Amino acid sequence: MSEEMFPEPEWLSEEVKTGTTIIAVTFDGGVVLGSDSRVSAGESVVNRVMNKLSPLHDKIYCALSGSAADAQTIAEIVNYQLDVHSIEVEDDPLVCSAATLVKNISYKYKEELSAHLIVAGWDRKKGGQVYATLNGLLSRQPFAIGGSGSFYIHGFVDAEYRKNMTKRESQEFVVNALTLAMGRDGSSGGVAYVVTIDKDGAEEKCILGNELPRFFDQ
Amino acid sequence: MATVSVCQYHPGGFSFENCKRNALLEADINKLGFSSPAARKTGTTICGVVYKDGVVLGADTRATEGMVVADKNCSKIHYISPNIYCCGAGTAADTEMTTQIISSNLELHALSTGRLPRVATANRMLKQMLFRYQGYIGAALVLGGVDCTGPHLYSIYPHGSTDKLPYVTMGSGSLAAMAVFEDRYRPNMEEEEAKRLVRDAIAAGIFNDLGSGSNIDLCVITKGKVDYLRPHDVANKKGVRTGSYRYKHGTTGVLTKAVIPLNLEVVEESVQTMDTS
Repeated sequence: MSEEMFPEPEWLSEEVKTGTTIIAVTFDGGVVLGSDSRVSAGESVVNRVMNKLSPLHDKIYCALSGSAADAQTIAEIVNYQLDVHSIEVEDDPLVCSAATLVKNISYKYKEELSAHLIVAGWDRKKGGQVYATLNGLLSRQPFAIGGSGSFYIHGFVDAEYRKNMTKRESQEFVVNALTLAMGRDGSSGGVAYVVTIDKDGAEEKCILGNELPRFFDQ
Repeated sequence: MATVSVCQYHPGGFSFENCKRNALLEADINKLGFSSPAARKTGTTICGVVYKDGVVLGADTRATEGMVVADKNCSKIHYISPNIYCCGAGTAADTEMTTQIISSNLELHALSTGRLPRVATANRMLKQMLFRYQGYIGAALVLGGVDCTGPHLYSIYPHGSTDKLPYVTMGSGSLAAMAVFEDRYRPNMEEEEAKRLVRDAIAAGIFNDLGSGSNIDLCVITKGKVDYLRPHDVANKKGVRTGSYRYKHGTTGVLTKAVIPLNLEVVEESVQTMDTS
């Protein structure tokens, strides 16, 4: 007879993490963001359909990874700060401003927080931009990947990324990268969320598991 | 160029020094062989489901203190506002006080806005408070209600992350309950079907998890009406004893009987009037 009485439920001791694969890519005229949908607490999945692409403004989104509570809180605070900022300047905020606000929080509370947000969007001044804010750094990049699943696709994205892809090619690139990462990383899975942002606005799409492209799978 | 200065710098902030001290004390006590008193936890299975007209919340009724059942019929579905209720898992005191604090703040907020409170507001208040305490308040909640925008269901974790879903489970029996949900949930169910589904999910938690037990409480929230069914289902009835161990009168024979009166005198008498105005 097993003597495992009252094992303490995992979620009491384990922080809820978004295991995650997130990716953002610029194309000529905008950006494409993609994420998986798995949220884990220890060994169990607590939400299999979470949309980790969080809107900061109409044409600026951020992708969440790391501790779910920290990432959600940063996104909500920056959403509020951007709302106030855009009322003050009476115009849509710049992606750079959004990324700077995220970077400020990430850097100031570096020791206490464990979340990585990728900020991407479109604005009138510089078009589509992607910013990585890992650990308080602010770096503009043509594309960025993050989360535990990103380690498995560094090679893939380095090899496959080309400058000046079209919107359709960028979306395919993002979906392929997510599929490969979800296939190899235990903490990523579920469905794929893809958001495309250009001058006309943001378009959200959800790709179910059985609609994802198939790769070599014995 | 406008500057953004909405965030005021608060020097100090919340100090978690005592938590470190407690952890050290705990380690010292354990080294000496004693164990610190266990906080009363609601081992628990709680769940919620969104159906056609509203939300059904369900909970078991066992509260444990270590490995002993402290309360066989505790109420885990807490009132937040007339249209919003919240189930709580984790440390019983934390869930009780957190829901009461937010309920009180939400009532003040509703009086200030003049409107029925929204579930999203309660969710924001709860998650901001729990995040502020960085997970040290051990309250995992299932928040459900119906407001002017429709029925909503949220799950809130101790560290302050929330999920908005059509069906959620929490607690030590959450995996058993989720198995039932994943099998039989459909969008836009009728009320009877939804109540049966939640009852079965909690029953799965009660019978397959040591931390959950006793009865099943349900709370059905629709627009303008709340049915608090406590208990909805007494899943674990106490059995009827078949034999009796009482002895008949006269079983023990009386040998002698002695009556000694105690003579007491009144020493002092004082009257204190109470102000009952």
